[in-house]
Amino acid sequence: MSAREAILAALKVNRPAGDFPLPDVPSFEEAYREPSKLFPERLALMGGTMAALQPGEDWAGLVRRLYPDVRLVCSTVPEVEGTCRITDFATPQEAQYVELGIVRAAFGVAETGSVCLTEAQLGMNAFPHLCEHLLVLLDPAQVLPNIHSAYRRPEIARARYAVLHSGPSATADIQGVMVRGAQGVRSLTVIYV
Amino acid sequence: MSPSSDKSRVDHAGGAELFLERAEHLAFHDRRLWELREKRDQQMHGIPEFQELRELASAIKEHTLAKLPEYLEMFERNALANGIHVHWAQDGEEHNRIVLDILRSRNARTVVKSKSMVTEECDMRPWLQARQVEVLETDVGEQIQQFDDEMPSHIVVPAVHKLVRDVAKTFSQAYGTDDGERDVTQLVAAQRRGTRPVILRADAGMTGANFLVAETGAVVVCTNEGNADLSANVPALHIVSTGIEKLVPRAADLAVFIRLLSRSALGSPITQYTTQFRGPRDGGEMHVILVDNGRATRLGMVDFWRSLKCIRCGACMNTCPVYRRSGGLSYGGVYAGPIGAIIQPTFDPDKFSALPFASTLNGSCTNVCPVKIDIHDQLYKWRRIIAEKHYLPFVKREALRMAGRLMARPKLFRAAMKGGNAVLKGLPRFAIYNWLNPWGRHREVPAPPVETFHDWYLRNRKPQTRDRGQPDKGQPDQGDRR
Repeated sequence: MSAREAILAALKVNRPAGDFPLPDVPSFEEAYREPSKLFPERLALMGGTMAALQPGEDWAGLVRRLYPDVRLVCSTVPEVEGTCRITDFATPQEAQYVELGIVRAAFGVAETGSVCLTEAQLGMNAFPHLCEHLLVLLDPAQVLPNIHSAYRRPEIARARYAVLHSGPSATADIQGVMVRGAQGVRSLTVIYV
Repeated sequence: MSPSSDKSRVDHAGGAELFLERAEHLAFHDRRLWELREKRDQQMHGIPEFQELRELASAIKEHTLAKLPEYLEMFERNALANGIHVHWAQDGEEHNRIVLDILRSRNARTVVKSKSMVTEECDMRPWLQARQVEVLETDVGEQIQQFDDEMPSHIVVPAVHKLVRDVAKTFSQAYGTDDGERDVTQLVAAQRRGTRPVILRADAGMTGANFLVAETGAVVVCTNEGNADLSANVPALHIVSTGIEKLVPRAADLAVFIRLLSRSALGSPITQYTTQFRGPRDGGEMHVILVDNGRATRLGMVDFWRSLKCIRCGACMNTCPVYRRSGGLSYGGVYAGPIGAIIQPTFDPDKFSALPFASTLNGSCTNVCPVKIDIHDQLYKWRRIIAEKHYLPFVKREALRMAGRLMARPKLFRAAMKGGNAVLKGLPRFAIYNWLNPWGRHREVPAPPVETFHDWYLRNRKPQTRDRGQPDKGQPDQGDRR
């Protein structure tokens, strides 16, 4: 008997007797009535920041203002040109020197300040984790109330890779000290546009 | 299994004693874990439906476990359709062999991995290393434990029993940093600098899974450092090791668990990365290994199958006064704390016979469990089995036998209590604090009361009927105390 058959057979014999119905999961969305207003506050709790274009400022100006020391900027959005495109890189190894990544989120989640990134937005799954900083464009109309709303979105059923990215990478593994900027991005900034 | 010598048994009290001697570590450990518990409480109060979510999570898990073969087959079907290779392993050895076969067939010699308790169960790292495969743990805490050649002492924060100076020493050897470094930001930066090139060079990446979704064939991984998303996406080969109990039926069910997991674990609303892998990356290959390793047997244990609901948040550990003061390593197994004390005996009730006794039965673990596992009831049930099967060490066995005899005879018990208290008053310290009383080694035996409760009750309450007594104040205070 294969391991598969043996495991399934044992589970069938050993499963608990009785009726264990699968409950319906409510949406619990009432508490999140104005998602795009709540989102910035929740993003801040996760260590992320919001930014906006200043009057008269263009995208290049915004990038210079927010990231004065950054030279290699890889943009996957039409709004910003950047210094390179993700299609310039054939492998993650080639993309390792990108300092700033600019992407558009599929949607955001107010409850947790998360942005959802999938392979459709990224072009390369590893790309937003290899760079130092991430600038995320988010349509405020695409900010959902909570995690229940997020897992009902079609992207979740469709995407091979989908990450709910909530603030920059972080660790508190060394004596409980919270360090924002662990092994993934050191900063995550969201712009409503 | 026949009772064996005490030598092969995990000596939790002995391990705890070593931990208690390190005063600074103990103080930090106790404070840090209680802080996580307090942050968890803040999150709980932040969403009004928290208790409803716990009910839902428990019901979804019980439903899934009762239909586990069907949901496993559904997951397999959907994962295969998405281009994922699916493997099945009955035990650790079989799991490790599958990993090695996959690696060898792709000529892969270096593996970067993110945290996975299942690979700890399988003791995979040393097994692969003995077969010329280099394995690097990428999670900061797990990597510290690898460098120090220790098991994780906590399922969420693996090196929580260490101080900055311990890590500085470890990293000075691994990364050449100053062993006097006390700036945690610098240590984290050194770990990133040292680990990133290994990830970029690695032939394969391994992750665990927090959840598997049957209807979509998705593997869901919840992490904070970014190391899992790098390990899974940078190398062209991604291998997932997961227990078969990680399933949930639908994506809609997943939402319930995502909302509970990090709130219960670290007291944050969500992990920084909540990632689903539903297929290999472009140009890549993805494998999922479904591991039984005792789970199917546990499902058949009437009193203990509900421990399979566990989502590995560690809340029961953070709240447990015994765990906080004894450290994870004292439990001597892969899983420590209250959840470890009910899971480890399912692997070997004799070896882990001390663990169900590492509890005050205060029930706090059950109160914080996001999937409502009856942890303290299971601890009690394990104690009975262990006593019946004679897995108890001699002193505890004899003491409990005497206590049992006394308590079965109320008159004898009362006489003994009075006599005992009288004796305690008169005894010199050396007669109370000796090897027969391990309890008194780190604690003062409370001063004996002036009179027994029974005497007090007879004097104050006996003649009164119930309705003339003190008004019923309802439930006793259920708040948890440290």
